[in-house]
Amino acid sequence: MIAMAGCQSAGPDNNQGSGTCGGKIAIFGAFSGGNAGIVTPSRDGAKLAVEKFNAANPNCKVTMVEFDTEGDPAKATPVANQVAADQSFVAVIGGHFSGESRATMKTYEGGGLVMVSPSATATDLTTTGNKAFHRVVGNDDSQGPAISNYISKVWKSTKVFVTDDGSAYGAALANTVKSKLGTAVVASDKVQEKQADFAATIAKVKSSGADVVFHGGYVREAAPLLKQLRGAGFTGKFIGGDGLYDAEFAKAAGTTESEGAIITCPCIPSDKAKGGFNFASEFKAKFGTDPGPYAAEGYDSATVLLDGFKAGKKTRAEMLAWVDSYNKAGLTKTIKFDDKGEVDAANVVIWAYTVKAGQVVADQEIPK
Amino acid sequence: MNFDALFSQLGQHTIDGLSKGAIYALVALGYTLVYGVLRLINFAHSEVFMVGTFAVLGAWTVMGANSKDSLGMILVYLLVALAAAAIASAGVALAVERIAYRPLRKKNAPSLVFLITAIGVSTVLMETFGYVLDRGFSAFAPGTWNGFGRPFGRVIAGMPTVVAQKPLLDLGIFTITNTQLIVIVGAIGMMIALDVFINRTRLGRGVRAVAQDPDTAALMGVNKDRVIMLIFVLGGAMAGGAALLYGLKLGNTVFDVGFLIGIKAFTAAVLGGIGNLRGALLGGLLLGVIEVYGATLTQSNWEDVWAFAVLVVVLMFRPTGLLGESLGRARA
Repeated sequence: MIAMAGCQSAGPDNNQGSGTCGGKIAIFGAFSGGNAGIVTPSRDGAKLAVEKFNAANPNCKVTMVEFDTEGDPAKATPVANQVAADQSFVAVIGGHFSGESRATMKTYEGGGLVMVSPSATATDLTTTGNKAFHRVVGNDDSQGPAISNYISKVWKSTKVFVTDDGSAYGAALANTVKSKLGTAVVASDKVQEKQADFAATIAKVKSSGADVVFHGGYVREAAPLLKQLRGAGFTGKFIGGDGLYDAEFAKAAGTTESEGAIITCPCIPSDKAKGGFNFASEFKAKFGTDPGPYAAEGYDSATVLLDGFKAGKKTRAEMLAWVDSYNKAGLTKTIKFDDKGEVDAANVVIWAYTVKAGQVVADQEIPK
Repeated sequence: MNFDALFSQLGQHTIDGLSKGAIYALVALGYTLVYGVLRLINFAHSEVFMVGTFAVLGAWTVMGANSKDSLGMILVYLLVALAAAAIASAGVALAVERIAYRPLRKKNAPSLVFLITAIGVSTVLMETFGYVLDRGFSAFAPGTWNGFGRPFGRVIAGMPTVVAQKPLLDLGIFTITNTQLIVIVGAIGMMIALDVFINRTRLGRGVRAVAQDPDTAALMGVNKDRVIMLIFVLGGAMAGGAALLYGLKLGNTVFDVGFLIGIKAFTAAVLGGIGNLRGALLGGLLLGVIEVYGATLTQSNWEDVWAFAVLVVVLMFRPTGLLGESLGRARA
């Protein structure tokens, strides 16, 4: 694949007719459903990138088609079959979650497509030798240690309670945090997805004497857990991974209950986005909201592909080779994929966000 | 297994379990009432409860309820939410009866048809709340749905905290909080009222008569259709009460909130003896306690395994449940 990097030298050509430049890309993820809040900003970031590109390159029209999977691997699979079979699609942005990415990457690989994921972080996605999958974020190997660093270095806590929802994402993250914190973890519990009553978990937290609770999982369980913890008089701190980076988290948990909760994310705050233009304000002007989690990463994912169209790549094979050899600064970091499809871990930073008066705001870059 | 964690705080876990089970018990009444009279498992009952939780959310949001108001205002919040939830739930239950079940009954449809209709109605109601409230309003008419500030339904929605949880009574072996006490006392109070209604009033006698022998009851001048409507309304009102207590205790709702509670309440009804009102109470409370004990002994994601293991064992020795089937038929 690396040998095909020569294609790049074809160079940008804005003056080609619409028949020879441009094409169609597919984007899939949880655009509706309980976890949509952490996915739609990324889609909107990609949308912004495509529209800016089309405005700047009227002769090179790129269309992006959205496929809503609700983040469910079972719903992502038929989408993958459809996209892979439809030869008009040249590349794919996604998946947004690890589960749906794992379920579909073989199908996309079989179709010769390239996937650029803005937010799927499970570590094992890049270890299977899959040629299609690339991601512009760090993986859980960087987020897990960052969470434990925050707990041990910023909060200096030695009494941590770890819960997770048993999902591919939540359990893996909780395991990393547990192994990094070691003896600082005083007790742990596993809850179920869609659980509503956490009385038993709360009794365990209280009897363990923990002053920090970490939850690996999504808003659906974390918000009621935090609300009930606070209701039961827990005054310690609460921290979770990027699965909680959703404005709905604070709303569902309650403004007072969620105040000061920490959410980590391998995504950068939008006002830290580079790229020579004000990403945050352009995003807000277009969509009416501040860019949320992974908005800049979504923009970057799209840009990788758009640059390929601009360079005249028209087929799936050309686009795959283009992404493999891509090396350019994006909004969030320098984007260059290694042979597994990962960006350089040295460029990956994990940010801590905090909930303030019901809003998720940037707190600090977590020390490595 | 962590026996130490269980036995060192057995009293506390029991209280936690009872307050969890009280809500199951109230929802279980709806299954049991309908089954007792019609020999039908109304699977749409879980969605009757779900609608109730949204009514509570709506009532409190519209009133701007919060826990800092005076005791009198909080009482008003509770009563208005109870009325809203009971009316909404009873209304939905009645509508389900009229639209989905009555036409089938008139045509003497086999019981399997009722079963699949019940599941269908359940899905329709759930997805209506999940999609219409979420996508529908924002997709078809952007910006028009602002009743609650934002589209909701599929995303878990927080309710205002109306009663701030406070330890009320510390007896050494356990601490009971104000919300736990309200939940347990409220649920048992509602159930006693229902029990008295069924066993002591003229309308209740009609219900028992239809449960025992619909044809003879009709010959004695009992209007069967009216009795059936009555039990759906009663079951719905109890689900509305459960929705209020659920909102008070957990403070969240979502479009599929009824699914798990529905299954648990159905289990509770079977555990206690389906068709038996007191059995529903016993089954519900027992199920809640078993779940909390099990979750403490092992981990929270094992609570369902414990609950259903106990159910299977109980049914092996008492196939009709702990107290047996009896809404008229077995006992009267």
